[in-house]
Amino acid sequence: MWQGRENEQIMEMNTEQELPALEVHNLTASYNRKPVLWDVDFKLPAGQLIGIVGPNGSGKTTLLRNIMGLMKPDSGYVNLFGKKLDDVREQVSYVPQRETVDWDFPANVMEVVEMGRYRKSNLFRRISTKDKNIAKQALERVNMLEHANRQISQLSGGQQQRVFIARSLAQQADLYLMDEPFVGVDAATEESILNLLSEMKNEGKTVVIVHHDLQTAYEYFDHIVLLNTRLVASGPKDEVFTSNLLQEAYGGRLTVLSRIGDLLAKEQFPVREKEFKEKEGPGDAAAH
Amino acid sequence: MQQLIEFLSFSDPNARVVTIGTVFIGMSAAMVGSFAFLRKRSLIGDAIAHAILPGIALSFMVTQSKSPVILMTGALISGWLAMLLIEGISKNSKLKPDTSIGLVLSVFFGIGILLLTHIQHSGAGNQAGLDQFLFGKAASMTFDDLKAYLAVAALLLLVLFLFYKEFKLLAFNPEFAEISGLPVKNLRFVLSSITVLAIATGIQSVGVVLMAALLITPAAAARSWTESLFTMLILAGLAGAASGLVGSYISYTAPNMPTGPWIVMSLSFIALISILFAPKKGLLPKLRRQSENRKKIISENLLKALYHLREKKLISDGWVTRDQVGKTREFASDEMSLALKILSKRFFIITDKQNIRLTEKGLTEARRVVRLHRLWEMYLTERMRLKADHIHPNAETIEHIITPEIEEQLIAELGFPEVDPHESPIPYSKE
Repeated sequence: MWQGRENEQIMEMNTEQELPALEVHNLTASYNRKPVLWDVDFKLPAGQLIGIVGPNGSGKTTLLRNIMGLMKPDSGYVNLFGKKLDDVREQVSYVPQRETVDWDFPANVMEVVEMGRYRKSNLFRRISTKDKNIAKQALERVNMLEHANRQISQLSGGQQQRVFIARSLAQQADLYLMDEPFVGVDAATEESILNLLSEMKNEGKTVVIVHHDLQTAYEYFDHIVLLNTRLVASGPKDEVFTSNLLQEAYGGRLTVLSRIGDLLAKEQFPVREKEFKEKEGPGDAAAH
Repeated sequence: MQQLIEFLSFSDPNARVVTIGTVFIGMSAAMVGSFAFLRKRSLIGDAIAHAILPGIALSFMVTQSKSPVILMTGALISGWLAMLLIEGISKNSKLKPDTSIGLVLSVFFGIGILLLTHIQHSGAGNQAGLDQFLFGKAASMTFDDLKAYLAVAALLLLVLFLFYKEFKLLAFNPEFAEISGLPVKNLRFVLSSITVLAIATGIQSVGVVLMAALLITPAAAARSWTESLFTMLILAGLAGAASGLVGSYISYTAPNMPTGPWIVMSLSFIALISILFAPKKGLLPKLRRQSENRKKIISENLLKALYHLREKKLISDGWVTRDQVGKTREFASDEMSLALKILSKRFFIITDKQNIRLTEKGLTEARRVVRLHRLWEMYLTERMRLKADHIHPNAETIEHIITPEIEEQLIAELGFPEVDPHESPIPYSKE
């Protein structure tokens, strides 16, 4: 049934225009039964710089984690270039927030960037010279090649961020997802990242960036997804940056929605589509 | 001495078996344990070690055999069960990981002790030696045991070698491994399996109670010396091997001494040395750096005092007395003597009992310190909008740490100021 839905989609898209780089379909995701994303549904065009923008706690990181398969949604699905994640793994790359790792790990910059070349295909094996060169070029693009041998524990926040971006570049993907790359970085890093982003766009890459700062969002991105637990808007930045929509995204939660969310968590009530269906099961059988 | 030569010549076949066994068990446990250490799972290692006991007891009760293969299989199964339970409890309940680790450890260990007691009282003829799993039974290792342990050690090292880069990523950033399409579940399974296996063999030499030390201490010691994972693994392996050697030597020379606790003692000694003396991360180098800073501060302060005396024209012929310096600035008496010693050693001053004179070299240095002090005061008032009467204490510290590059930048940013906020001239070059 899922397969069928997917095929339908592809046919639809092919007749209309080229495939969207990313399609999020009716995605609901929750932590401990409390929904963080409610029926979020949008498509993103390829080859653009896209910002996922919303206030703190609006589910931005959860959305990325669901897209990257690090978390299973309660319902809904994600398609990348019209396919399931597992079919396009190597076309997609992810830059996590830098606080998610312990930078006191015994490794140097080069080793971390080389991790971008670890694949199922080179399991058991040492990294090849070709892969090393790809890693070096990635470091060069974020202006960190001179620090290639430096211990990662000695890096500044901005340098850590650039190392993570270089690791992602080394994956040579078509779609890049970055979680708050501008948080807590110095001016040099910010400039370096912005230059890189416009280069990537010129190469036809799609870059999706989770960003909480409204001030800079308009300046950085072409396309903006406004999120606050539910989808507020998704479209070209000029269509999305209207005072009404911004007010809706940043003006606070919808009280009914968050009350229902609290209730679901309190009662440990399932929001999974499948679980509903299982419960409808016997009824369905009787009807047939 | 005689004994040491005898021991090292491996003439005693029993000592040979014990030594080779403990060395290789120690080495492989240390290297596998390094990953548990880096993944911050040290405590899980301890829990698994304790949880292995009921597995050993049960497999003996069922088979009535003490063959290492059978006992180790039982150990593996209960070790694995414990690990799954810990993860399951943390995931599906509100209990935090440390609580679930504690729970599983004590429940399994309790059951293990119960079963062991039961076996000992059941009067089965060959139960002797099972209780040695508590504190290790290295000394009673047989040649057949050795073969089994060597095979396991070789397997562990081989797996580490094959999956080195994947385990590195798994320890550093498991989610990135997942999004790269690596088979993370299987890799985790392999890493957990070799950890349980390393523990199951390790308890042969140090016993379940002390096993965590064999797994984690070498890694902790090695980490102090290096910033490279590969070097860390090698160093940890060496520490594990060395402790095996020392432990079996001690129990060889003093047959009443247990091997396991001595292995752990020598490991702890290595760790202690590492934590104290390792360059950069060690405690002692840190203390030395602090004492060097203190010396720098008091000697630069003395230079400043001499400069101030000179500036106020209190020096006529270039010589001042210690008392005069003491009146300009307060020094503890030992500080004054220390500073004088440091400065005259560097030819910044010439001393003659009670009298002190700045040399040309000393004057340049004194000027530099005063300049930095006044430049920084300038910066504090100009850029940080502090009032002139609030800036002195801060400048007293910062003057000692400003590098020539920062000095240049300060001068440029402030536009070559001639006087500081207190109207004292800033000494650039020779007056």
